[in-house]
Amino acid sequence: MDLNLTESELRFRDQLRAWLKNNLPEKPIKAKSDHDPDYWSNLRSWQNKMFEGGWAGVTWPKEFGGRGATSIEAGIYMEEMAALDAPERVGTIGEGLIGPTIMAEGSDEQKEFFLPRILNATDIWCQGFSEPDSGSDVASLATKAVRDGDNFVVNGQKIWTSYAAVADWCLLLVRTDNNVAKHKGISALLVDMKSEGVSVRPLRQMSGESAFNEMFFTNVRVPARNLIGELNDGWRITITTLMNERANLGSSIYILFRKNLTALIKRMKELKSGGMCLSDDPINRQKIAQMYLELEIFKLTTNRALSKIANNATPGPEGSILKIYWSEMNQRLVQSAMEILGDQAQLQDFDDGSWVHGYLRSRGNTIEAGTSEIQRNIIAQRVLGLPRSY
Amino acid sequence: MNFDLSKTQKMLQASAQTFFQRECPIIKIREIIDSEQGHDKDLWTGIAEQGWTGLILPEEHDGLALSLVDLAAVAEEMGKACIPSPFIASTWASTLIAASDNSTLKQNLLPKLALGESIATVAILEDGSNWDSTSVQLAAQPGDSGTILSGSKKLVLDAESADTILVVARQGTELIIAVVDKSAKGLRINATPGMDLTRRYYQVDFDQVAADVLASGAIAENALKRSTQTAAIITCADLLGGMEWVLKTTVEYAKSRQQFGKAIGSYQAVQHQCADMLLMNESARSATYYAAWALYENDPASDEAINIAKAYCSEAARLVGNSGIQIHGGIGFTWEHDLHLYYKRAKSSEYLFGDQSHHREQLAKLIID
Repeated sequence: MDLNLTESELRFRDQLRAWLKNNLPEKPIKAKSDHDPDYWSNLRSWQNKMFEGGWAGVTWPKEFGGRGATSIEAGIYMEEMAALDAPERVGTIGEGLIGPTIMAEGSDEQKEFFLPRILNATDIWCQGFSEPDSGSDVASLATKAVRDGDNFVVNGQKIWTSYAAVADWCLLLVRTDNNVAKHKGISALLVDMKSEGVSVRPLRQMSGESAFNEMFFTNVRVPARNLIGELNDGWRITITTLMNERANLGSSIYILFRKNLTALIKRMKELKSGGMCLSDDPINRQKIAQMYLELEIFKLTTNRALSKIANNATPGPEGSILKIYWSEMNQRLVQSAMEILGDQAQLQDFDDGSWVHGYLRSRGNTIEAGTSEIQRNIIAQRVLGLPRSY
Repeated sequence: MNFDLSKTQKMLQASAQTFFQRECPIIKIREIIDSEQGHDKDLWTGIAEQGWTGLILPEEHDGLALSLVDLAAVAEEMGKACIPSPFIASTWASTLIAASDNSTLKQNLLPKLALGESIATVAILEDGSNWDSTSVQLAAQPGDSGTILSGSKKLVLDAESADTILVVARQGTELIIAVVDKSAKGLRINATPGMDLTRRYYQVDFDQVAADVLASGAIAENALKRSTQTAAIITCADLLGGMEWVLKTTVEYAKSRQQFGKAIGSYQAVQHQCADMLLMNESARSATYYAAWALYENDPASDEAINIAKAYCSEAARLVGNSGIQIHGGIGFTWEHDLHLYYKRAKSSEYLFGDQSHHREQLAKLIID
C-alpha cells in the first residue's frame, strides 16, 4: 500500500499542469445568458485546443487517438483541471460515454467517422435515454423506430437531456420490438441532431439555469447504418455506457467541493453573529470539521476505487457507492453552509448568489445519474446479493 | 498510487482471521467475559506467539518493526472476532514507552512487552479531564529517584491484568509519563465495569506512590501524542472489523428470515439500510487504512488523518450497529444474540482516545485556525 504518486504518475501530472498553465484562457468562459451562442463556440474552441495539445480523450487507447491513461492518471487529470478552474468540458459525454461505447460496439466505419470528431470537438454529443414515462425504469422507454427501406423512422420524446440544445449527435435509445420483454426490444441509434423532425426545448431547473432539455422526434429518418451494435441489443449497450459513466468517479467533484469549503471557511473568519466570529463558534467548528472529514473520505474512497480498477481493470459497484456518498454529502454540506452563514445566505446578491445556487442545485444530485434509491437497490442486489425488490 | 494491501499484508490478515476463528469462537468469548479477569492467558500467549504483541515495536527491543498498516490489518480481525484482551491498552503503553527517551526503562520494559510476557496499560483520564493532555492534573512530586504520585485516575483499561501502569501526570507545569509496577505500595485498583462486556475499566488511586519517570516535558507530550494516535488507529481498525461482522451477519439474516412469504431482504426498507451499512463500512475502511499509512509514513497530513478516521469510525460503527439490531428485529435485541457484544464494544471504542466531537474540534483547529 503506497499512496504516493509513482514517478510516471507525477510526470503525467506535471506535464498536464504545465500545459494548462500555458494554455488556459485568460478569463473564465462564462455564459452571458441562457442562449449565449458565444459560450458554446468558446467551449468548443477550448476542447479543440485540448485536442491539439494532446490532452483530449486521455483514457482512450492510443489507436483511437488517446493517451491510454490509467485510471489513476484519469483521476489526476480530473483533479488538475478542476484545481485550475479549467472551462467546462463540453465534449464530456462524447469523450466519456459515447466514444467508449463506439469503441466497444461500433462498426469500423462508425469508429473511423465518429471517434476523431469527438476528440477534436467537431461533434458534441448528448444521450437520449429518459422519457417522461421512463425515468428510473428506462427500459420501459417508448420512443419507436420502425424500419423503412434504408432508414429507421423515429417517433417519440426524450427528457432531461443535457447539452441537447448544442449537440450535433445523439445516442438515442429506441424501441424496435414490441413483442418481447421490454429490455429485449431496445436498439441504440446514432442520430444527427440536424435531421428533419428533431426539435429541442430547454427545461428550466429550480436552481435557475436551463442545463437540460426535452427532445421531440417526429418522423425522423435515421440511416440504418447508424444502428450501433445489433438490432434489439441496445439494452446491453446501455449498461456498458452507464458503467463507463459510473467509472468516471468524480475526482473533479472533490476539488469543486473543496473549493466551496475553503470559500466558506474564509467567509466564516470575516463574518460575525451575536458578537462572535463565525469561525469561533464551537457549533460551526463541529459542522466544518464534519464537512471536511466527509469530503476527505470521499477523496480516499475515490482513490481506492481508482486503484482497484487500475489493478483489476473492470469497474465494479464502486461507482454506485461513490455516487450515493457524494450526492448526499453535498446536500449536507450546502445545508451546513446556509446554517453557518445565517439569514443573509438566502439573498441573491450575497456572494453573487453562489450559496443559493449551490443549495438548490444540490437537490438534483440525488436524482441525476441514477437516483439514490436505484443506487441502493443496485448495491443491495449486486454487491450484497439480496433478492430483487421489484 | 496503490491503495491495496500488499500480498503479504493480505496473508497476515487472513492468518489472523483463521487464528481467531480457531482460538476464540464466540462461545469462548462469552466464557472469557464471564470470568473474573475478563482475559484469557492462553489466548494472550497465542497472540504473542503470532508476533502481534511486538508487531510494530523496534527490533532492538525484540519487536518485528512492521508497519502500522500491518497492525491495523491484525486489529481489524480482532475487532471482527470481538476478542476480549488487553491488546489495545498494551499496544498503547508499549508504543508510549518506545517513543520515550529513558533508555534504561525502555530496555527493561519493552522486550517483555514485545514478547507478550508482560502486559501494560496507560492511565490518563481523571475527574473533569478529557483526552486533551492539557487537562491532566494528577500531581507528581519530585522524589528521591523518580517521582511521587498522588491522586486518582479513572477509566483505566485492563489495570488488573496489567503488570505495569504508565501514568500521565503533571509535575509543576510539565507533563510527565511515570511508570509504576502494579504491586507498588500505595496503589489501589477498583473495578468500574462499563457497558462494554469485552473490556475492563478500573479506577486507580495513588497514595504517595513512588514511580520512575519515563519522559517529561516536550518529549512526554510528543510520545503521548504519537502513542495515542497509534492506539486511536488500532481502535478504528477494531471498529471496522466489528462493522464488517455486523454487516455480514445482518445480510445473512435478511436473506434467510422470511416474512409475508419472502425473505425480508427483498423489501427496500431493509435492503436500503444494508446498502447504507456497506457504504459506511467502505468509508471507514478508506479512512482507517489511510490514517495508518499516513502516521507510519510521517505524512504531513497524518494529524488530520487520525482525526478524520476516529471521528468517522466512532459514529459509523454506532449507525451500522443500530441498523444491524433493527434489521434483526426482536432477536437482535436479546442478550442471547451476539449483536449486543459488538454494539457495546463500539460504544467504548467511540469514547476511547477521543470521540467524534473531540476529534472534530482537533480537526477544526487544524483547518480553520
